[in-house]
Amino acid sequence: MTSLPQTTEKKLGLVIDLDTCVGCQACVTSCKEWNTGGYSAPLSDQDPYGADPHGTWLNRVHAYEIGEGARSQAVHFPRSCLHCEEPDCVTVCPTGASYKRAEDGIVLVNPDTCIGCKLCSWACPYGAREYDYEVGVMRKCTLCVDRIYNENLPEEDRVPACVRACPTGARHFGDTGDPESDVSKLVAERGGYDLMPEMGYKPQNKYLPPRPRQNMKPAAPVEEAQRAPTTAGSALERLFSWADQQLSR
Amino acid sequence: MEPRIDRSPEVADEIKTTTCYMCACRCGIRVFLKDGQVRYIEGNRDHPVNKGVLCGKGSAGIMQHYAPSRLTAPLKRVGERGSGDYEEISWDEALALATDWLGTTRSKDPSRLAFFTGRDQSQSLTGWWASQFGTPNFAAHGGFCSVNMAAAGLYTFGGSFWEFGEPDWDRTEYFLLFGVAEDHASNPIKMGLGKLKERGVKVTAINPVRSGYGAIADEWVGIKPGTDGLFVAALIHELFEMRAIDLDYLVRYTNAPWLVIQSQGSADDGLFARDEEGNPLVHDTSTDALASGLLADVKPSLSGEFELADGRRAVPVFQLLAERFGSGAYAPDRVAAQTGLEADVIRRIARELAEAAFEKEVVLDIPWTDWAGRRHEKMIGRPVSMHAMRGISAHSNGFNTCRLIHLLQIILGSIDCPGGFRYKPPFPKAIPPHLKPAGKLGSVQPDTPLAGAPLGFVEGPEDLLVDEAGDPLRIDKAYSWDAPVAAHGLMHMVLNNAAKQDPYGLDVLFMYMANMSWNSSMNVQGVLDYLTAKDDNGDYKIPKIIYSDAYFSEMVPYADLILPDTTYLERWDCISLLDRPISEPDGPADSIRQPVVKPDRDVRPFQDVLIDLGGRLGLPGFTNEDGSAKYPGGYPDYIVNHERTPGVGPLAGWRGEDGSQYGKGAVNPDQLERYIENGCFNTHHLPDGQRFFKHANADYLEWAKSVGFIGSTEPIVFQLYSEPLQKFRLAAQGHGDIQPPDHHRRRIDMFFDPLPFWYAPFEGAMLEDGDYPLHAITQRPMHMYHSWGSQNAWLRQITAQNKLFMNREMAKELEIRDDDWVWIYSHIGRVKAQVALMEGVNSSTVWTWNAIGKRKGAWALDDDAPEATRGFLLNHLISELLPERDGGYRYSNSDPITGQAAWYDLRVRIEKADGDTADESLPRFEPLRRPNAPVTPDTLTFGSQFREGAQ
Amino acid sequence: MHPAYSVIFFTTASGAGYGLLCLIAGAILFDAVPRSTSFGLVVFALALGLVTAGLLSSTAHLGRPERAWRAFSQWRTSWLSREGVMAVITYVPAGLLALSWSFGGGGDSATALERVLAVLAILGSLVTLYCTGMIYASLKTIRHWHLGIVPINYIIFGVMTGAIAFLFLLNLFGVAGEGYVWVTSLLIAVGLVAKFLYWTKVDAAPPVSTAGNATGLGHLGKVRPFEAAHARRNFVMREMGYTVARKHVARLRNIVFLLAFGLPLLGVLLGLVGGTIAALFGSFFALVTAAVGIFVERWLFFAEAEHVVTTYYGAEAA
Ligand SMILES: Nc1nc2c(c(=O)[nH]1)N[C@H]1C(S)=C(S)[C@@H](COP(=O)(O)OP(=O)(O)OC[C@H]3O[C@@H](n4cnc5c(=O)[nH]c(N)nc54)[C@H](O)[C@@H]3O)O[C@H]1N2
Ligand SMILES: Nc1nc2c(c(=O)[nH]1)N[C@H]1C(S)=C(S)[C@@H](COP(=O)(O)OP(=O)(O)OC[C@H]3O[C@@H](n4cnc5c(=O)[nH]c(N)nc54)[C@H](O)[C@@H]3O)O[C@H]1N2
Ligand code: SF4
Ligand code: SF4
Ligand code: SF4
Ligand code: SF4
Ligand code: SF4
Ligand SMILES: [Mo]
Repeated sequence: MTSLPQTTEKKLGLVIDLDTCVGCQACVTSCKEWNTGGYSAPLSDQDPYGADPHGTWLNRVHAYEIGEGARSQAVHFPRSCLHCEEPDCVTVCPTGASYKRAEDGIVLVNPDTCIGCKLCSWACPYGAREYDYEVGVMRKCTLCVDRIYNENLPEEDRVPACVRACPTGARHFGDTGDPESDVSKLVAERGGYDLMPEMGYKPQNKYLPPRPRQNMKPAAPVEEAQRAPTTAGSALERLFSWADQQLSR
Repeated sequence: MEPRIDRSPEVADEIKTTTCYMCACRCGIRVFLKDGQVRYIEGNRDHPVNKGVLCGKGSAGIMQHYAPSRLTAPLKRVGERGSGDYEEISWDEALALATDWLGTTRSKDPSRLAFFTGRDQSQSLTGWWASQFGTPNFAAHGGFCSVNMAAAGLYTFGGSFWEFGEPDWDRTEYFLLFGVAEDHASNPIKMGLGKLKERGVKVTAINPVRSGYGAIADEWVGIKPGTDGLFVAALIHELFEMRAIDLDYLVRYTNAPWLVIQSQGSADDGLFARDEEGNPLVHDTSTDALASGLLADVKPSLSGEFELADGRRAVPVFQLLAERFGSGAYAPDRVAAQTGLEADVIRRIARELAEAAFEKEVVLDIPWTDWAGRRHEKMIGRPVSMHAMRGISAHSNGFNTCRLIHLLQIILGSIDCPGGFRYKPPFPKAIPPHLKPAGKLGSVQPDTPLAGAPLGFVEGPEDLLVDEAGDPLRIDKAYSWDAPVAAHGLMHMVLNNAAKQDPYGLDVLFMYMANMSWNSSMNVQGVLDYLTAKDDNGDYKIPKIIYSDAYFSEMVPYADLILPDTTYLERWDCISLLDRPISEPDGPADSIRQPVVKPDRDVRPFQDVLIDLGGRLGLPGFTNEDGSAKYPGGYPDYIVNHERTPGVGPLAGWRGEDGSQYGKGAVNPDQLERYIENGCFNTHHLPDGQRFFKHANADYLEWAKSVGFIGSTEPIVFQLYSEPLQKFRLAAQGHGDIQPPDHHRRRIDMFFDPLPFWYAPFEGAMLEDGDYPLHAITQRPMHMYHSWGSQNAWLRQITAQNKLFMNREMAKELEIRDDDWVWIYSHIGRVKAQVALMEGVNSSTVWTWNAIGKRKGAWALDDDAPEATRGFLLNHLISELLPERDGGYRYSNSDPITGQAAWYDLRVRIEKADGDTADESLPRFEPLRRPNAPVTPDTLTFGSQFREGAQ
Repeated sequence: MHPAYSVIFFTTASGAGYGLLCLIAGAILFDAVPRSTSFGLVVFALALGLVTAGLLSSTAHLGRPERAWRAFSQWRTSWLSREGVMAVITYVPAGLLALSWSFGGGGDSATALERVLAVLAILGSLVTLYCTGMIYASLKTIRHWHLGIVPINYIIFGVMTGAIAFLFLLNLFGVAGEGYVWVTSLLIAVGLVAKFLYWTKVDAAPPVSTAGNATGLGHLGKVRPFEAAHARRNFVMREMGYTVARKHVARLRNIVFLLAFGLPLLGVLLGLVGGTIAALFGSFFALVTAAVGIFVERWLFFAEAEHVVTTYYGAEAA
């Protein structure tokens, strides 16, 4: 049912660290691998061995360059459903297949009632919904709802597949609604932000900006002070006498 | 009402652990099995390599395992090579045929078999098999991969980058990353960088391209390819200037004080002055006399000229170092132009290094005892670490550049100390390891095993594999004057030499797991010609080719007999300490693969096949006295029961009848079960006191000897000055019985410098700079593994075409826009490719992703797959030989010392492909044909079978 | 946005259908047309036929048409659902009116019940058209659609095309009067102004987002894609990444002005100068050109629309 819950008990989401992401795609394929056999099974692939291979994925990683020349920088940018608090992708749905869970704020598509009208994907500013051409229903990040509470998985593994796989630890999972949660603290400390706040969708996922680069201050020549004291003799003689002093300490 | 969903679905009927092989990192995985199919693959949290994480390739393992490109049965060629005319044959027939071919060769002349095993993770088996067969012509892919890295390290400090060691991620305060896009330690490096980020440690990436790791580095140093040696030498110069050198460390752990004989023209000029026992001499300031450098209590001088017993003069290594790097030759301002870097940036980085090393000293309260029995209360470290890989090694000056990086690490006192670069046991080893290449003149005899291992480490001309005339004895010319220190062989030269029958022809070429007709070869067209070249009688110049692959790669159609392998989830394997280990700095580790699913095709694990062949051929190591097969149980049988030396076998864990011993111990029949119980790996944790300074740590050396890692407990003294190299130089100067043929002298004399130095990469130096002004290099995509990633239905959705990346400014000058098609010209040909512009690339460099370009028909992809129609390889432009030079002889396009393939020396010119408007890459080759090729699906719905209630 | 032909046909056809329904109902309401079984049957058949055909075709672009019935459930929040519900509801007064007026007998002037049904049919039609428009107007992600004028236009173009169809039928049955010509011409003129206003608004509307704030990294400099997230176009790009070149847009807009409004107006006005044949031919010509014109208008409505998501894929702004 597409009326949004007044409030949700939790606001579960991902916190993605753009300062650490190297763009390795582990979160992309682990997501595909888990979910193609999970809640959203299958995530079909079209022309998999042909000229135009494309399929349904719930998470994609872009790479951008920002700025020009020497001062430019590169950033890898994972993009999946942000589990917004007030997303039109839910309210526009004519069937109720698209809904937001009151319990944890996870936005889901019910694959058994979706008619594949695609309207929700139009309403999503973040390109987080992908239509499954084979099955005829809409797919999206489930926040691994079939992992995070799964009693058949050990406690420590009850996190999204992408978080579990990420080799650099650039992905964090938790309750961004609870100011005391680790993720919220991380967001506070690192100046985490929302994507396209102007849309008013209030994402539950947050992004941590690239940290200011260290020592990118214009290079300064080594001050004389830092060079060795200049005593008499050739450069080498001075070096050797220094070495002798050092060793005879 | 919200729909009710099942929050706790069954995730698997069974979860089995094994080892990933989507790349050579060898992470531990847990394979989720449902209804006998692979449901999911996740990282094994307990595993030493990946500690639970899994990369983009590993997480796509399902699509590799079920790829339609998998071979299904043994094949025998019936048409011409390359034609794709095959008939499927039974394994009995295949093995009989192979036995026949190999048997005849062995009883005629074993060296007419060349056995090259590419991306082999069972080199301790394949190498052993080769030596039992009796051929010296064995190597894996190391020669075209990164032997410069391995050799430079092993000849300098008994360890190496590659995955043989790693930065102390938890303690380092400064990290320099040279020329790495991904590397073998794929997940460990990512985890490490994550840790550095968490601690806010500065990461500096030296790389002509800024992508991947470079993107998250604090500083990107966009150096000009091939000039890192200059950059590093300039850093060393600055550190000398700043007196930021750990002299105590140099005295304690290196040959800096050793005296070098200064006697121009004499046979031992430049060698170490030694006493009667052969100990290197130093000048002891406390007694003002010469003393053995191996004594603990001397106070050696680092400078000055000293008189030897015979009246000749000698100077300490340190003085020679200082003369080379302390003088202005490598001053930042001198190297700025060539490296394309600002001198001030170099100075600042040197200052940052010094600051981290000497002002952020790490102190651990861990007492330890050094080799001389001196007890130290603390472990004190210089928290500066570095890592380098093919950006450094894949150049013809790679060996020396890598030696320079190690020199930099050492003068900062940062090897195997807290916060520095740490060895992973079984390293450190003797410098170089005491293992000489077998196969000397006359030692190769019919039906006889080789005297030792085919690959090893030469210590002077006497160890070369050459005949009286000084000509090569190995087909790849390894350990000859072409490449004396070719510790990994030169796989990239085998096809060329075999077809030209230089130094001699072959009877059988036996290859495993190397796509030699495509992405692992230089000059692809040339290689295809070599593979199909015929003599006057119309016989192939390479008479017989046996090849084992698991998939329909570009190489398969060029083999005469194809032995189809299983996928990595269908076989036993052994990642052994006798091969490339997966250890951690805190302790050695090894692991296994176990079959988690059964093959549904008529395929066999290559190792089983090899052992079977060993039995059929009656190779000593593989047969009992009565001639019966020694390992009827195949590879698992061998893994458990083979002993290389008494008590030492492929696996170090749970040895001894009861499994109580580590490293050395009797065969344990339950060994594999114990590994499986433990998650398919074994880790031995070193006690605290052994974790650092392993090269000089009495307890560690003691223990390492006891488990057979090293032969003696002598300290491992870093060889800043390399005597073996000087021995080759002396030979070139006319000393000793074994001297290079004249046309080699100049080259050996020039490049075998006992101290590291920089010289311009060959190809660039030999070409008119104006003709080919640009450097062209490749990078590995993190989510693709060489050629084999493209058969993966998921991975190819991420990258199905590679473009030529150019600097936006440079492109402006050439009036090239995004997505334009251009011709890339090198001195041997041209390739047509599509351009992508970017900011983060050195302005004289172009680059592309490696091995994305595919040949039509390969890998079970449609002929119109973008990989084939728009993708391309730079390999078509990389010559396996250096440009023609007066004098005629063409050396291989390799490092003169190690023979490492110089992929990244490539120089090119770019022109807009205005004339040719078709949106397609060139050159194009005849589409490959595959016998009874499978029909590939136009839609995949993998996973639907796992839906609740699905059948 | 990718122009899905099923959707374009749906909105044009049902638009005209509801328009026609409004006119016949209006005519009945004001006794402006003589009661006639044959005429009634034809007009109502065409109106409801167009509506039905449109609704059916709209299910063609559903991934799971067999589940289409579920779309009636979410009228509380979803304009698409509301449209469905209203469409069905409107059948009731429309159908009853059709039956009563065609077969109900009685004099020329409509019965009280018929007047009530007519009012309900008109309201139903207009509200349905409004819902359709609101499906698009409610999307914050597409500045070309997220405008108050959009639903108004859907109503105007529906009624306009309906009026032209009605005029044609009147001529066919020889019962057209000058008044109808004036009314139709007026509606066409209004339509032209409405479309003109729409385009001026769209061209003036500032982009909703840029690559800079889509990634939240704009403050660091100009954001450019370096490596695409995937090799080939995925669903998002196929559906949302559709673009037409500026110059084509300009040409197509002129075609719309000409086909949807200019020529139909001429055709309709022919009814004033020429005789009945000319009027018949003129209104038929108007109907055909308007149909094609509105079809192009609707195609352009999609093709011109830029979705903010494209800013992740290299569009500087959208
Ligand atoms: N231009 C350029 N060229 C390069 C490089 C570069 O950087 N730039 N890098 C060079 C380097 S370092 C290397 S190591 C080489 C790598 O090049 P290759 O050694 O050719 O490695 P792959 O392309 O991975 O192909 C190995 C072969 O092993 C097969 N294979 C995969 N799995 C199995 C299995 O389980 N069993 C068997 N029997 N076969 C299997 C694959 O199908 C493939 O045919 O490329 C070299 N070539
Ligand atoms: N995902 C993935 N992982 C792999 C592989 C794979 O194919 N895919 N292959 C495996 C194999 S066989 C190997 S050998 C390793 C290789 O691991 P890497 O060494 O990371 O391999 P390359 O991709 O060749 O990276 C070379 C890097 O050096 C840079 N470079 C080139 N020339 C220079 C130079 O002159 N100076 C400097 N400073 N940098 C330079 C290039 O821009 C590139 O970033 O990766 C292993 N791991
Ligand atoms: S797995 Fe982690 S590092 Fe790799 S792309 Fe995803 S977020 Fe980035
Ligand atoms: S990201 Fe898109 S799909 Fe996800 S909740 Fe927000 S609007 Fe809906
Ligand atoms: S596609 Fe499915 S989920 Fe999306 S709006 Fe339509 S019915 Fe709802
Ligand atoms: S949370 Fe789960 S579904 Fe969402 S992106 Fe991560 S892996 Fe995919
Ligand atoms: S790095 Fe990735 S592909 Fe390589 S072994 Fe580890 S998980 Fe497998
Ligand atoms: Mo390699």
